[in-house]
Amino acid sequence: MLPMDHVIALSAILFTIGVLGVATRRNLIVILMSIELMLNAVNLAFVGFNRIWSQVDGVAAIDGQIFVLMVIAVAAAEVAVGLGILLAMFRNRDSVNVEEVNLLKW
Amino acid sequence: MTESLIFFALAAFILLGAVRVVASRDLVHAVLWLAVVLVLTAVMFLMLGAPFLAGVQLLLYTGGVITLMLFGVMLTRRHHEIGVEVDSSRRLPGALGALALFGAMACAIFRTDLPAWPSSAPVSALEIGRAFLTDHLIAFEVLSILLLAAMIGAIVLGRQSDFGDEPETVYRKGGRP
Repeated sequence: MLPMDHVIALSAILFTIGVLGVATRRNLIVILMSIELMLNAVNLAFVGFNRIWSQVDGVAAIDGQIFVLMVIAVAAAEVAVGLGILLAMFRNRDSVNVEEVNLLKW
Repeated sequence: MTESLIFFALAAFILLGAVRVVASRDLVHAVLWLAVVLVLTAVMFLMLGAPFLAGVQLLLYTGGVITLMLFGVMLTRRHHEIGVEVDSSRRLPGALGALALFGAMACAIFRTDLPAWPSSAPVSALEIGRAFLTDHLIAFEVLSILLLAAMIGAIVLGRQSDFGDEPETVYRKGGRP
């Protein structure tokens, strides 16, 4: 049997790659995809931890998987609004570069 | 033994795909690599005893999100600069921050004594549905309101212009006329 560390470690590495993408790229689509990667990493960790504590006092615990479903729903909402913002930004500024959109930046 | 072999193969491909998503120059390739990562994660869910989540992941992510992302790429790229995508000007601090975060997480993982992978029966859709409509009913309803709000927000943002005049022109700086 595999130790559970592996799944959690995979999740951590995946999350770090997502953070790297958000921090180092400036195309809004790539940033959105990196956020998806991070949410995916979190889902993996949730499922892994749910597997670790799948039995609490003899009763099956599935709260981790419930949480994953909620994260997936929030991710879908985020993509819809994110792409709406992307299209509005492209219409107005003719660019998807986040460094060119700095009207609200101090 | 075969299980760990499958796990490591999956993990390797997931990480390869994730790196390609972040590093790829061509945005269409990046989206397709993201699809690979999400599908392989669904397989991983299957291994971890979450068949329903694997199905949802396939339907929602590879069905919906990837399609939306592809639309985003197709609608916003200009033919003369395909593939030309420059990195952020503050690349080094960002990378260092990400690595510091990874160091903190790795520390936490190494210091925690996680139990071995216990064997348990896969969680069925029946259990998930029952939990959603009993213990987590309020969260479920709030989630549906959130989805409705996101849908309306996306429609409002994606609309060509307001009725009548076009207020967006005020913010236009040297763009198209």
